Amino acid sequence: MSTRLATGGRLIDRKRPVEFTFNGRRMRGFAGDTLASALLGAGQSLVGRSFKYHRPRGIVASGAEEPNALVNLGKGPRFEPNQRATTQELYAGLSATSQNHWPSLDFDVGAINAALSRFLPAGFYYKMFMHPRSFWKHVYEPFIRQSAGLGKAPKDADPDTYEHFYAHVDLLVVGGGIAGLQAALQAGRAGKRVLLVEQTAHWGGRAVTDGARIDGTSADEWVKSAVQALEHMENVTLRTRCMGAGVYDHGYVTAYERLTDHLSETEGPRHRLWRIRTEHTVVATGALERPLSFAGNDIPGVMLASAVRDYITDWAVSPGDRTVVVTNNDDAYRTALAIHEAGLQVAAIVDARPAPEGALVTRARELGLPVLTGKGIAKVKGGKQVEGVAICAQAGEGSVLQEIPCDCVAMSGGWSPVVHLWSHTGGKLIWDAERAFFRPDPDRPPLGADGGAAVTCIGAANGHLRTGEILSDAQAALERLSGEAGAVPAAEDPDEGAMLPVWMMPQGAKLELRRKMWLDYQNDVKVTDVQLAAQEGYESVEHTKRYTTLGMATDQGKLSNINGLATLAQALGEDIPQVGTTTFRPPYTPISMGSIAGEARGELFQPIRKTPIHDWHEAQGAYWEPVGHWRRPYCFPRQGESHEEAVAREVKNTRQGLGLLDASTLGKIIVKGPDAGRFMDMLYTNMMSTLKPGRCRYGLMCSENGFLSDDGVVARIDEETWLCHTTTGGADRIHAHMEEFLQTEWWDWKVYTANVTEQWAQIGVVGPKSRAVLEKLGGMDLSADTFKFMDWQDGTLGGFPVRVFRISFSGELSFEVATPAGQGRALWDALLEAGAEFGVMPYGTEALHIMRAEKGFIMIGDETDGTVIPQDLGLDWAISKKKDDYIGKRAQDRSHMTDPGRWKLVGLETTDGSVIPDGSYAVAEGTNANGQRNTQGRVTSTYHSPTLDRGIAMGLVLHGPDRMGEVIEFNKVDGTTVAAKIVSPVFFDPDGEKQNV
Amino acid sequence: MSELTVTRLTDRGMISLRGDLSDDALRSACTGLSGGDFPEAGHAIVSGDKGLLWMSPDEVLILLPQEEVGQALETLGSALAGSHHLAVDVSDARALFRLEGSGLRDTLQKLTPADLSPATFGPGRIRRTRLAQVAAALWMPGEGQVDLVCFRSVADYVQRLLEVAAEGGPVGFHPA
Amino acid sequence: MLIFTCPCCGERADETELSPGGEAHIERQSVESSDEAFEGYLFIRENPRGVHFERWRHAYGCGKWFNAARCTVTLEVFGTYPAQTMRPPQDLLDHISQRRPGWTWRDLA
Repeated sequence: MSTRLATGGRLIDRKRPVEFTFNGRRMRGFAGDTLASALLGAGQSLVGRSFKYHRPRGIVASGAEEPNALVNLGKGPRFEPNQRATTQELYAGLSATSQNHWPSLDFDVGAINAALSRFLPAGFYYKMFMHPRSFWKHVYEPFIRQSAGLGKAPKDADPDTYEHFYAHVDLLVVGGGIAGLQAALQAGRAGKRVLLVEQTAHWGGRAVTDGARIDGTSADEWVKSAVQALEHMENVTLRTRCMGAGVYDHGYVTAYERLTDHLSETEGPRHRLWRIRTEHTVVATGALERPLSFAGNDIPGVMLASAVRDYITDWAVSPGDRTVVVTNNDDAYRTALAIHEAGLQVAAIVDARPAPEGALVTRARELGLPVLTGKGIAKVKGGKQVEGVAICAQAGEGSVLQEIPCDCVAMSGGWSPVVHLWSHTGGKLIWDAERAFFRPDPDRPPLGADGGAAVTCIGAANGHLRTGEILSDAQAALERLSGEAGAVPAAEDPDEGAMLPVWMMPQGAKLELRRKMWLDYQNDVKVTDVQLAAQEGYESVEHTKRYTTLGMATDQGKLSNINGLATLAQALGEDIPQVGTTTFRPPYTPISMGSIAGEARGELFQPIRKTPIHDWHEAQGAYWEPVGHWRRPYCFPRQGESHEEAVAREVKNTRQGLGLLDASTLGKIIVKGPDAGRFMDMLYTNMMSTLKPGRCRYGLMCSENGFLSDDGVVARIDEETWLCHTTTGGADRIHAHMEEFLQTEWWDWKVYTANVTEQWAQIGVVGPKSRAVLEKLGGMDLSADTFKFMDWQDGTLGGFPVRVFRISFSGELSFEVATPAGQGRALWDALLEAGAEFGVMPYGTEALHIMRAEKGFIMIGDETDGTVIPQDLGLDWAISKKKDDYIGKRAQDRSHMTDPGRWKLVGLETTDGSVIPDGSYAVAEGTNANGQRNTQGRVTSTYHSPTLDRGIAMGLVLHGPDRMGEVIEFNKVDGTTVAAKIVSPVFFDPDGEKQNV
Repeated sequence: MSELTVTRLTDRGMISLRGDLSDDALRSACTGLSGGDFPEAGHAIVSGDKGLLWMSPDEVLILLPQEEVGQALETLGSALAGSHHLAVDVSDARALFRLEGSGLRDTLQKLTPADLSPATFGPGRIRRTRLAQVAAALWMPGEGQVDLVCFRSVADYVQRLLEVAAEGGPVGFHPA
Repeated sequence: MLIFTCPCCGERADETELSPGGEAHIERQSVESSDEAFEGYLFIRENPRGVHFERWRHAYGCGKWFNAARCTVTLEVFGTYPAQTMRPPQDLLDHISQRRPGWTWRDLA
């Protein structure tokens, strides 16, 4: 049973007790505790259930590598699952609950899976749920849904805020242990812009806990003075609680800073995602201890040896009264010594090596600690807590030699450098057989934009596990990087003997033992699962990973990967380097979704583009339609009015009286220069160079593929200048299209463009009374004789500087009035006021669409979809026959484009007056090779016309223009069809009498 | 909270001038309007409410009081008659913000991937970049001040972005 | 996440400030071109493992198009240059030869 020691604990402040709750029980820890150390200190060693078998699980580690101690944190909208107790700092009022059990942590129904574990081996899900198919929906899927997922998803919106921060540095150092500090010191002194990040709240890493000696003083003192020196350097930025999360291409690195997770009362952003651009990254992320594979190695009380001494030294927590240390290396003897120094009992040191001899081994023997050599653990006894271990010969099959009662097992299978960040962008590894780990291959580093090494690993992350080696490696690397020499701190290290790779304990363990040896605690993957995968023919480590789910949990196999692939290698009879590792992917540990989103949430999720008249629309309760990032009023419903009724009212009012449209979103691009006419003729299918100043012309633009991409009215401003109107969605795209051709194709042509879309508010003044209202404002001669259809002129109206275009997209007498955007709202108000006597009403995009459809005008995005050429739409009249070339001309000569069988635009009138469903196809006789009904056309626009009080539509139909009057059938969602007559697409006022007044 | 204020300036005129920036006539027409020197690439020379911003190899943005825009366009038209150029009033197409106070670089650095360290961004420099999801140009009229322009339609978005970034507080990366 | 120095304005531009524009140095084919030549213009592209020339636009910056020479395997950037040229500058080609002896791309080597 774990408990708090009476003295010690370098990180806790006993004067500041901190209350928290676990599964509703009030508990007490100290300031400086992690949730894990506080739980252990309060005697809570059982912290959760495993994912698959619901086995009782306790804390294994003391840091980011923890696989078991995942808890739910917080309440209500701040509820968050899967938080690691080992990295969560304790604060007053912290509320945690355990996961993966029902009804309670101590009594869990799902634990029945453990009893069935013989029947749930690797690949079980793939094998079991295949047959019979009919079982999927009612038996298998509900079962999987019930058991899938780790923790529960939060239900409410997250009330916290998050932010990004872009930082540019010369050198990023990840890891604030002694290697990282030494690197930052050297780079800082060389004048580099340095950012040093450390994932925990404390500097110094293992060296401080392990009491290393540096430069004749304690590591603690050395770290303090190093941090102090760094804090005085203006060119160095230090960050704790900031994890190097991912390394990406060209020196882009993300770091995850947890700003308030350790506080009760919080203010400001919770997490900050650092988006760093660095010339070079130094990875000083240390090493992680590996578990040993012996039966029962997942029972609460079995911990990493390093974690045991961390809890004792850092937090004054005893993981148990009697501890058995089991190891294959000298480092674990440090744990035995720490246990002994804390006044706790070392029941035995079980060393798999036949004849260990190093300074630490000698010291343990001198202190009288029992050392068993050449031995291993046959199995751990206990259920929810370790009760003892059975000892066997490591060389044998597991025959029990003796049993040792204990309540804690401290295991060490050796150490593995943390090479994740090195590997994220392709840094390669080499297998170090002597020390049994993968370390970075200095000859195959990840590369940067200049083709040189982008990342350097130093210290333990580079395979150096001893204080002196770590510091000299850091110093040497930084001298290479900074080009400046410096001094290496001196360190005193005890002599250590060689480790012995141990991948299974005992070496020849029987099946019943292997079945209880856990590799991956979080995903419940055992030695037998990997062996089964190998037996079933899985040879690639990547396939085995997916088949067994080894290393696929939220800890990404930090503890299990090396043991897993060593097990696989043995099962395959291959060497470990031949089997290789799986791919390391960012982030190093999970980061919050909020930090990824940053500020882009709620009202800032996406920019909303607003016209100068936006606020008026909003005040009128406009129903919005998103058009690109713009918001445009779809209609302006009045009290009690449906959208459909509002649209009908707006159409009728415009056709009979006066409507106003906010057309400010229309693209407006100036094209000017001596070669502008020539350029305009290339851009448009029509001849634009012959347009006279003061006149407008409707034009079409195509892509080089020949497909219609945009349309709009062009106005000739002066001899050298044209103004191109584009669709709302087309403004930026068409401007970019123009610049692309000017910059990359015809760069010798003298043409400049400017996108002036937002300089102008543009208001469509539409309807029989439109001239009257403008004349009432006064200031320009707008009479039919002097201001003809397709004319434009500058002037003033009601005192506003305006440019007026006499153009029409509705078939009505219509003027588009542009004024500088800053005056747009005032002009809109003036038009409303002046128009009151004419019954003025604003109208929205739906009324606009209906009126254009009544007139048979096409709409980009309705009649076009990126596969339609102007010829399909009967727009041949807008394609100049005189021009040698225009963008898209050559493509329109391709055989498929000139195929007489292409579907062509026609109008469609249902025989019963109903509206053809959107997206409907015209059905033809017979079926195709897939048994689907043949088609002969499709609807492109379909509306109820308030003007004609019937359904009208446009569509593309096979030989359509030659089939006027023919009735064809369109499919409906209910499987029936609706009959429609092929007619001219101009449904209303075909002679244009309404606009020519 | 950073001690930082965000103010939208609405009385500033802006003319986008495209042309040959090495042309003496163009340069002197511009400096005649701004009253200062002609900026090098990546630079902004501003004084009070007048200035010249280098926007691209063939574009400068002329800052001047809004009521002077009409006259300035005429001046440019006659000074550059016969030489290929395009001058347009974009005063209403852009929104101009002024940020003042401490933590300017840290605040903006939450929104832009451009390097705003004093070595690459200080008074006299201009940087066109993105702020979160929209385009913007930033320059420093003086220490403790950043002016920026964005498109008018996203002015509310940018204003809120700047406020939220400032509310997030100082980061302690850039010098104040 | 790539970073390029825009040769037009001199700024170091983050990938998120740029728009990609596909392969560089494609010659426009027009009305008089054969079907085969026109197909090549519209659809046929290099897909090299190694040296590649491509177009980028500094969309959030100066708005200019530029070309970049880049290794598609290591992402090493050999250089950037303005788009107004039919052929990469010779000093860039020399630099690539130094970094990737024996490289070829279309008719370049």
